[in-house]
Amino acid sequence: MNYPKPGLVPGFGVSRLGKTGPPGARDSWHKRRNMKARVTVTLKSGILDPQGKAIEGALRSLGVAGVASVRQGKVFDIEIEGSDRAQAETLLKQAADKLLANTVIENYRVEVVG
Amino acid sequence: MKAAVLVFPGINRERDMARTLELVSGAKPAMVWHADTALPAGTDLVVIPGGFSYGDYLRCGAIAARSPIMGAVRAHAAKGGLTLGVCNGFQILCEAELLPGVLMRNENLRFICRDVYLRVERSDTPFTRGYNAGQVIRVPVAHGEGNYIADGESIARLEGEGRVLFRYSSPDGMIDPNWNHNGAINAIAGIVNERGNVLGMMPHPENHVEAVLGVTDGRGLFAGLVEALERAA
Repeated sequence: MNYPKPGLVPGFGVSRLGKTGPPGARDSWHKRRNMKARVTVTLKSGILDPQGKAIEGALRSLGVAGVASVRQGKVFDIEIEGSDRAQAETLLKQAADKLLANTVIENYRVEVVG
Repeated sequence: MKAAVLVFPGINRERDMARTLELVSGAKPAMVWHADTALPAGTDLVVIPGGFSYGDYLRCGAIAARSPIMGAVRAHAAKGGLTLGVCNGFQILCEAELLPGVLMRNENLRFICRDVYLRVERSDTPFTRGYNAGQVIRVPVAHGEGNYIADGESIARLEGEGRVLFRYSSPDGMIDPNWNHNGAINAIAGIVNERGNVLGMMPHPENHVEAVLGVTDGRGLFAGLVEALERAA
């Protein structure tokens, strides 16, 4: 993503108090605040998960009753620059496809949480 | 033979590999750093050694598979250049999608470090021409994630096209769950790509090449590669 760095472009991240400028320029810094996002990677059904099985067994031996099965996955909390949610989702999908998930064995879900 | 051994942060078997390549071929391989973008001119064999690239972070081999040098490796493989990935190297080739499937955590969840027996499935490839089809060799493994799996269609293709070169077996060549140490589907220990020029395998043939260690069964793979390259030249 090529967002300008604060101060490099007039009106971005620079205080405009007491200056004249185009309407709305003053709150451009707020618009650039980061969004929080989460990518959740889980094993596809049918893929054996020895780690999940081991955790399942450990829960049972700890006396945690009622656990039918455990599948282990991964969660990535990611900060995204800017405030464009649609763009953020595209970017997260790209990240998941390119690196975060191995789609041979894993599914993923992306959410922009705020 | 003009071999290049790739070096990633966290790789630790590159010197074993380099030593073996020099011992068998007589030529010192080039050691190529992961941040390089080109292989030395005239490279005819790329070897991705074993170890723990990037500490196995994210998934074994995932980050190494996306490092700058891999562009050059892809181009080398696309031209039909011989490429060998051992252990973490196999995981990296799968993550780079130069080979199908993935290496999962061993079925018994343990890191397995011991000698195993492999049945060589065919001898008519540059990687196995130093062996006879059906021959059983003894080589070491050292991995926690060697449990090979792929979707049903990929497995059917691998089997149908004879692309499984090595399987975990008993000392007399029987395929048996008791000798399939990591739980790999169809006891798969090593596979080649469609074109047959990229091999990935979990065991370490480079560690059984010197008589002083008692076993030299790994030598055939490297001697075969030297011969194949000489013939091609």
